[in-house]
Amino acid sequence: MPNRTSSFFSRPGLLFAVLGLVALLAPFVTLAANRIVAGVGVPVWDIAAANTTIPGLAVLLAGLALGLPAALPKLRLLGATVGVAALVWLLMQGSTSLLEGAGPYARVSLGSGFWCLLAILLLLAADALSALSPGPLMRAGLLVAAIIALVLVLWSGALADLSIYREYISRHDAFFDAAQRHLGLAFGSLMVAAITGFPLGVFCHHNEGLRGSVLPVLSFLQTIPSLAMFGIMIPLLAWVSSTIPGAKELGVAGIGFLPAFLALVIYSLLPVVANTVAGLEATPPVTLDAARGMGMTRQQRLIQVQLPLGLPVMLAGLRIVLVQNIGLAVIAGLIGGGGFGTFVFQGLNQTATDLILLGALPTVTLALISAITMDILVELTRPNSVRHG
Amino acid sequence: MIEIDNITKVYDGRAAVDSVSMTIESATITAIVGTSGSGKSTLLRMINRLVEPTSGEVRINGELTTDLEKNALRRRIGYAIQGHGLFPHHTVARNIGAVPQLLGWSKDKISDRINELLNLFSMPPEEFRDRYPAELSGGQQQRVGVARALASRPDLLLMDEPFGALDPIIRTRAQADLHRIQRTLGSTILLVTHDMEEAIQLGDQVAVMDQGRLVQHGTPADIITSPATRFVAEMVGGVDRPLRLLSLLPLSEIVEAGEAEGPPINDQASLRDALSVCLGSGRNTLPVERDGALIGRVTLEAIRSRAEGTHEPR
Ligand SMILES: Nc1ncnc2c1ncn2[C@@H]1O[C@H](COP(=O)(O)OP(=O)(O)OP(=O)(O)O)[C@@H](O)[C@H]1O
Ligand SMILES: [Mg+2]
Repeated sequence: MPNRTSSFFSRPGLLFAVLGLVALLAPFVTLAANRIVAGVGVPVWDIAAANTTIPGLAVLLAGLALGLPAALPKLRLLGATVGVAALVWLLMQGSTSLLEGAGPYARVSLGSGFWCLLAILLLLAADALSALSPGPLMRAGLLVAAIIALVLVLWSGALADLSIYREYISRHDAFFDAAQRHLGLAFGSLMVAAITGFPLGVFCHHNEGLRGSVLPVLSFLQTIPSLAMFGIMIPLLAWVSSTIPGAKELGVAGIGFLPAFLALVIYSLLPVVANTVAGLEATPPVTLDAARGMGMTRQQRLIQVQLPLGLPVMLAGLRIVLVQNIGLAVIAGLIGGGGFGTFVFQGLNQTATDLILLGALPTVTLALISAITMDILVELTRPNSVRHG
Repeated sequence: MIEIDNITKVYDGRAAVDSVSMTIESATITAIVGTSGSGKSTLLRMINRLVEPTSGEVRINGELTTDLEKNALRRRIGYAIQGHGLFPHHTVARNIGAVPQLLGWSKDKISDRINELLNLFSMPPEEFRDRYPAELSGGQQQRVGVARALASRPDLLLMDEPFGALDPIIRTRAQADLHRIQRTLGSTILLVTHDMEEAIQLGDQVAVMDQGRLVQHGTPADIITSPATRFVAEMVGGVDRPLRLLSLLPLSEIVEAGEAEGPPINDQASLRDALSVCLGSGRNTLPVERDGALIGRVTLEAIRSRAEGTHEPR
């Protein structure tokens, strides 16, 4: 009997359903008198009138239930989608109704119950997707669809009554400035690291001695804690700016964009160089022997054989760098480098949790999107991956 | 003609190839045999300069290999190896066309050549051109590997255990294919193997290597009837030697006038085949036919007399 249950019900699906029910007991949102003070938890059935919460809850529970049948991953994915939609709808209705008559400075923030439910539904979606194992193009399509849905929800202003959205409204211009800075830091440093690290990797591949000295140095740099690294940059660049003529005019200064950028580039070098070397070594020795034996020059072997065969490994290096730098760029806020870190550190100073989240959530989302995109690219560059699905 | 002149390769103070000299006639197959580590691959790779000799020189049609630029030399010489070394990210067509492309042939010429080679190896181009190596069987991969080595019509083909990874049946077919193709194209082939059977079947000449030295170089019959050293005799295999010799001799050599009972045997069969038929059917004489017409007979006595004289060496 237990056997039959477990073959019809997906085990993770059952776990998600049980956890989801438990999470419903936790406060769905918190209501506070203003943006600084700690709020009071509100359970999901109290966020609005029963004629609003009951349909929303019913859909949410239906979503969790659809996640149960093991043999129907598409249905499970649908369940996760429906569940997330119900969460957003409940949030929309709840934030508006709770604020009614709660005073001009009152704030509704996301509660632990909401976060747990969101995490559970996303895990359910991930579990269903892994069973579906969609091809790279399908995954790209799903990613784009998810991004469009996210943008639409945010753009529509449906969540405008949430505290985090209010933080955003009052910093609208600063937010897009920070986003631009953040992307500039993460992608710019990635590009510089690729442009310098990639040739360095090729040289290291050809020169055993160089490899022996370069890789340990880069590994050492990688071990410097990020706060210390940003800290080191300040006096270093301040010194450069004051001693090297013309440096100051070029915008070199101890604090700001440049030191943060440099720190990120330094962190990026090891993954880029090490993965370039590993990628170039990924060619099977017989293949390389055949290439040599047929009279390919070293350059032809590099470009026609080793690079294409090593590309997935090298891209995997860039993926590490990109995700790492999107996260690390937050620290740049500490030394005036801009980016989403600015909000995080402001929020920490003001103990305004939602301001911290305004910096943290876009960072996490960005890292996630980058990771998925890079994974798709890695898969696409694998030899004849498209033909094999 | 390839002249290998007193060539030596020393690795870490040990000679992997030790003063080897040999001359290889054009349009022949020479099989280099020896145990593992005897220096076969090193010798072969010194011809296309994948390994630079410590001393000695190689001349191809009188021209020193060191007079040519390395890669130009290699593009003139076909090279096929165990495990084929095909480019996994290129289609069969692109793999075969690799050397012609390096040589700057026109697209059409390369494409025609690819079709020609695929047909030569009984792999219909429509079906195989656009496949990737991973989509082929081991035997097909091997054939593509050999086709790639032949693509630019090299006069000389170097093969390092090209059939090493194949199962016995596919291997026999691949050997027959190679033999047929070599006879049609008239190429010179130098083939490394550690299988004496393969060497005897394929080689017009057999070169036996032992610990970096060339210990004997001659026709398969020479190697079998008068092995130069105990090592060669062991390689040829004491007990099997008479049978190996018989397998080299065509029936046509000992056909005599007369008649015999039972189904006839073709005169292109080897003496070993004839012996097998005699033993299997319990007959002492077999009728021999050529193109369907009886031309005489062969006797067990005659076969036996040809197998004699393959005694142990000193
Ligand atoms: N690059 C190298 N560096 C050092 N020693 C080498 C190198 N290549 C070959 N050798 C040594 O030279 C000797 C001959 O090697 P080789 O590869 O020519 O043998 P082989 O006859 O082809 O053997 P196998 O049948 O196993 O392929 C071996 O002892 C081997 O260890
Ligand atoms: Mg070898």
